[in-house]
Amino acid sequence: MIVRRILDALITVFLVLTFVFVAMRVLPGDPAVAALGDYATAEQLAAFRERFGLNAPLWQQYVQFFVNIARLDFGTSLISGESIAMMLAVNLPYTIELSVVAMLIGIVIGVPAGVISARRRGKAADYIARVLALAGFCIPDFFLGALILIVFGLQLDMFPTMGGGTTFDERLYHLVLPAMTLGLIMAAFTSRLTRSALLEVLKRDYVRTARSKGIAEHWVIYRHALRNALIPVVTGFGIYILTMLSGSIAIELIFSRPGVGSMLVDGITARDYPMVQSGLLVFALFVVVVNFSMDVLYTLIDPRLRAGGGR
Amino acid sequence: MSASGIALGAAPAIVAVRPQRVTLWSIVAKDWVTSIGVLFIILLCIIAIAAPWIAPFDPVRQNMMAMSRPPSAQNWFGTDRYGRDILSRVIYGTRPSLALGIAAPLLAGVFGTLIGVLAGYFGGWIDRVTGRLSDVLMAFPSLLIGIMIAAALGPGFTNLVVAIAFAFLPRFIRVARASTMSVRSEPYIDAAIAAGQTHTRILLSHVLPNISGPLVVVATLWVATAIRIEASLSFLGLGTQPPEPSWGNIIRDGLTEMLISPWSVISAGVAVTVCVLAFNMVGDAIRDLLDPQSKD
Repeated sequence: MIVRRILDALITVFLVLTFVFVAMRVLPGDPAVAALGDYATAEQLAAFRERFGLNAPLWQQYVQFFVNIARLDFGTSLISGESIAMMLAVNLPYTIELSVVAMLIGIVIGVPAGVISARRRGKAADYIARVLALAGFCIPDFFLGALILIVFGLQLDMFPTMGGGTTFDERLYHLVLPAMTLGLIMAAFTSRLTRSALLEVLKRDYVRTARSKGIAEHWVIYRHALRNALIPVVTGFGIYILTMLSGSIAIELIFSRPGVGSMLVDGITARDYPMVQSGLLVFALFVVVVNFSMDVLYTLIDPRLRAGGGR
Repeated sequence: MSASGIALGAAPAIVAVRPQRVTLWSIVAKDWVTSIGVLFIILLCIIAIAAPWIAPFDPVRQNMMAMSRPPSAQNWFGTDRYGRDILSRVIYGTRPSLALGIAAPLLAGVFGTLIGVLAGYFGGWIDRVTGRLSDVLMAFPSLLIGIMIAAALGPGFTNLVVAIAFAFLPRFIRVARASTMSVRSEPYIDAAIAAGQTHTRILLSHVLPNISGPLVVVATLWVATAIRIEASLSFLGLGTQPPEPSWGNIIRDGLTEMLISPWSVISAGVAVTVCVLAFNMVGDAIRDLLDPQSKD
């Protein structure tokens, strides 16, 4: 089971790397022109191609691309000349801490909100929770971030509005606003998922049996229903974590935070081609890792899958 | 409105049954929330088309005498740091958003249907390869695929349409494939084959008309997401290029002056949010009408 998942993940990694390779070299025509701009001289273009091995046959570049990645050699930034691997080592923790904290906020707010919503279906609490969730769906994350920044950062001046901090306390302090932004969006997803999954489960026979045995309602919910409702929540969660991760790119820009998203956006703005490529790679690998973890988690919380195998 | 993950990248329910007729009127008449959504969308379309006549000022004309002004009788939403009228920019920003919101799902629909129908009809290795590839693509959030393609293609409206259409492609492939497979097993297809009709003719006259319903629904469900992704990509500098206004790049532009005047960020942000909300509500209503099971 796990072996199959690993194999699946490896195939996906291969396809993803190929995709990034194709996207960066084949699609737009000439990466040298893309990097240096339309006004570059022929000599500059030639020098660029030489430097990045773009004169080699495509298949050689393709092989070299894999070899470099396996050696964690992502090249150097065209603008600053720094090693991209080093930049990633500095920036990656900021993106990861933002995502993890945002995810926790999303779960801590979203799951209880979904449970309340399902238990009081049709009542005022359900209505409020659903309207808030709908708002969370429709508001773009970067706009919510800007609003939170304007209110809590600029008007009330309670939290820092830029940077990521260095010491532990500072980092936590800098995390509050960006993590809250993504966490609230995540909570909207989570509460909607939890609500519909729980409503589905509450219709089942075993819930009726539990109730007819006279078991306390909260026990029925938490012990019998929610555990089973969490299975579809976890599957849905994977794609939402990834949606949030892609949202972190814009959030890092809003709060001027360091991170892989910032690297990617800087790379795009400055036409720094190795940087864009590495940024895309990291996000693509995030996708593979999150999906793989979700699959494993799925088999852990649903013992039927371990016993029977296959969904 | 029902709970759904449509706006976010979760797969819309596959509507495999042949839908009953859904007319514009049945959507409008569904409930008052939906009719407000429909009215708002109509209003947006009018604003987009009539932008040159409605907008009080030229959206790109700078005025150094009136920089970063708060809302006033002359400039209802204030001016940005170049002295451009924010209301006019937001009005013109409707155009790329709506154009993309329609073009991207349409393009994805055409190509996705083509691929999905071929895979579902012929089966075999074509089906396995497309299935595998769309599985891989489905694992990526649409926004991320949009960013990847747009970053590779470079900024610009056409590239943006291609990027977002590509991000939606696997969703359409899946629906088209599943619907085709259910139609494929119908006796009338066997009858058509027995009667000696060519595959092309069967696909065009028997398969396509019977699967078009669910595909149209899927297309409408993705409009809201397309508009949101457009805003995100323009915000990241991958979409409509300044000075031409789009809601995303107005917000990006406003970031630097947020301390002095937050009006451009707020105006454009509210515009995106309300627009996405309207399309979401109408999309949900259409899905509820076609697939009452999904309602809770």
